[in-house]
Amino acid sequence: MTKQHNRTRRQILIGSGSLMAAGSFLAAAPRPVFATPMTVGFIYEGSKDDFGWNQSHAVGARKIAKETGAKLVEQEKVPETADVERVMESMIQLDGAQVLFPTSFGYWPFILKLAAKYPKVLFVHAGGLWKQGDPANVISYRGYMEEPHYCCGIAAGMMTKTNKIGFVGPKPLYFIFNNCNGFTLGARSVNPKVTSLIIITGDWANPVKDADAVNNLVDQGCDVIISDSDAPKVSIETAERRGVHSCGYHTDLSSLAPKGFVTGAEWNWAKGADFVKAWQTGGKYPNLLIGGFKQDLVAISPFGRSVPDAVKSAVLKARDGFTNDTLKLYHGPLKDNEDHLVLKEGEVIANDDSAFKTKVNFLVEGTQGQTGLKKQ
Amino acid sequence: MSVGGDIGVWSVLLAIVGSALRVSTPYLFVSLGETLTEKSGRINLGLEGTLMMGAMSGYAVALGTGSPWLGVLGAGVTGAAFGLLHAGLCSLPRVNDIAVGIALFIFGTGFAVYLGKPLVHPVAPRLPDIDLGFWSSLPSLRAALQVNALLIIGILLAPAMLWILHNTRWGLKLRTVGDSADAARALGYSINGVRATATAIGGFFAGVGGAFLSLYYPGAWTENLSSGQGLMAVTLVIFARWNPINCVFAALLFGGASALGPALQAVGITSNYYLYGAAPYVLTLVLLIRTSSTKHRLFGAPSELSINK
Repeated sequence: MTKQHNRTRRQILIGSGSLMAAGSFLAAAPRPVFATPMTVGFIYEGSKDDFGWNQSHAVGARKIAKETGAKLVEQEKVPETADVERVMESMIQLDGAQVLFPTSFGYWPFILKLAAKYPKVLFVHAGGLWKQGDPANVISYRGYMEEPHYCCGIAAGMMTKTNKIGFVGPKPLYFIFNNCNGFTLGARSVNPKVTSLIIITGDWANPVKDADAVNNLVDQGCDVIISDSDAPKVSIETAERRGVHSCGYHTDLSSLAPKGFVTGAEWNWAKGADFVKAWQTGGKYPNLLIGGFKQDLVAISPFGRSVPDAVKSAVLKARDGFTNDTLKLYHGPLKDNEDHLVLKEGEVIANDDSAFKTKVNFLVEGTQGQTGLKKQ
Repeated sequence: MSVGGDIGVWSVLLAIVGSALRVSTPYLFVSLGETLTEKSGRINLGLEGTLMMGAMSGYAVALGTGSPWLGVLGAGVTGAAFGLLHAGLCSLPRVNDIAVGIALFIFGTGFAVYLGKPLVHPVAPRLPDIDLGFWSSLPSLRAALQVNALLIIGILLAPAMLWILHNTRWGLKLRTVGDSADAARALGYSINGVRATATAIGGFFAGVGGAFLSLYYPGAWTENLSSGQGLMAVTLVIFARWNPINCVFAALLFGGASALGPALQAVGITSNYYLYGAAPYVLTLVLLIRTSSTKHRLFGAPSELSINK
């Protein structure tokens, strides 16, 4: 059942991928200023300790509550159906929530419906779907995960002994390929001999398939693994058991692999604290916010014990490069793994060029595998 | 791709064998248990729920006692209790076993997730590996041949079960109840008693299959741990023609077919992975159609089964 909802969540994202190009819009609708501490409601599609997407939001929720002094109300396992409408209305009417964070992609149509009905409540959605004409009291935000994947790739490239690293992807979608490209580009930026192997499982989270994918990659000689499964717990534990290094995804997974954990690509949903504060004080806020390290929407996990200092400093340098926009993920000359030139010498894609990123249907040179997507 | 060639072919084969050995155990246990239940003339479709309950309770017991084997036992006992629940409900007049099974399927899955909430974070001790590839120096071969004692127990259980079914008084009684309830009643056998025993043992096996998922491979408790293994195993029973020995082959074949996708991708053959993902199901369908007949019922099918009436 979980899978079903997750699929919807992503399908909506793909459908509206082109909208992500829109950039950010500022809204300043007149509204009351709240004096007393606010109540903030978080709604999760799964359970909040799933070592995955939901946990990343629950971690953010706690940081937001701490930073803004807001009271936190939460509900887990709310399906992407009219159920979420009822949960949102009860949070507004019974708990007096003034800001709601319905965290699953598939909640979007229900958010739009209720946002029109409750203009004094701010709705914050994780997805990047807002477009001109949608209610002004809605924010949609999302991070460029390929940037922290690049950082993980640097660590992988420096730490691999076999020069083979592995990527487990759930579905053949542009943002998964961006993540895989980030991982490979990062690795090859420090070690051009690296090959990355990609396995697409076809399921958002299927523990047996995830474990099998990791085992196959290790059997082929990969010694650093990253898994973009919706619940990467099993992948990380399998990698640890096979004695190879692993990188996390979504949230901090270092506790799952005390020996082999390197670092991980994380969302920084705590950025939502800015929206809560703006709503409380009557300040300005963006309706659409998509960004990477520069916009403080993504992060990397704390380093594992096995990571040497030289690796740490190289990773942190790349992160700072993204933060101050001196490092670009896609820049020429760039070839795909079928020997086509994607970017010419000197061509640079801005890190916030969503239009380019949503159209990514190639794997960069050094990746073993195919996207299965049509080339233009 | 250039990475193909001889080594590629061998490593794909090796990966499929390794994966078949790793993945097939839950299918094997559930289908052995269901064979026994169906031989008594009843279908338990709730084994997916039993599997999840077994996985959850096995993980909990292993965590509490520190012994994974006690966890396996606990999973089996939970499974047997679920089997008895099914048998108890079905012994009431005019209760359909398929409907009860579907209800228990949904109930068991949901209840396991509900009770298993505090088990997501702690790490339970894992069942030990048996290194069947100790004679080899190839690391990938050794990895492929690393199996668990439960697989070996399951493979030994199959001939034992066949022997019990065909050579013991209890086996005869079970088959009589499954083939003709009237004859069994005339002989003075307790039909509900025999079926309850068979369903409880079937539930025990399904619970053990669940414990394999949470305690060995993939070896963690998560909410979507089971992805239809319990349900597919019921199909495998038909596919195996209610013969325990065939269950072993059916489980291994199904496990191997499901390994095709990742194994091919790992050596660089990445197109059509959805097709490879569907391979085990297509294989099952083709074999079921190939062996079906409009003229007679399936060979080996107990005639009391509600699907045969």
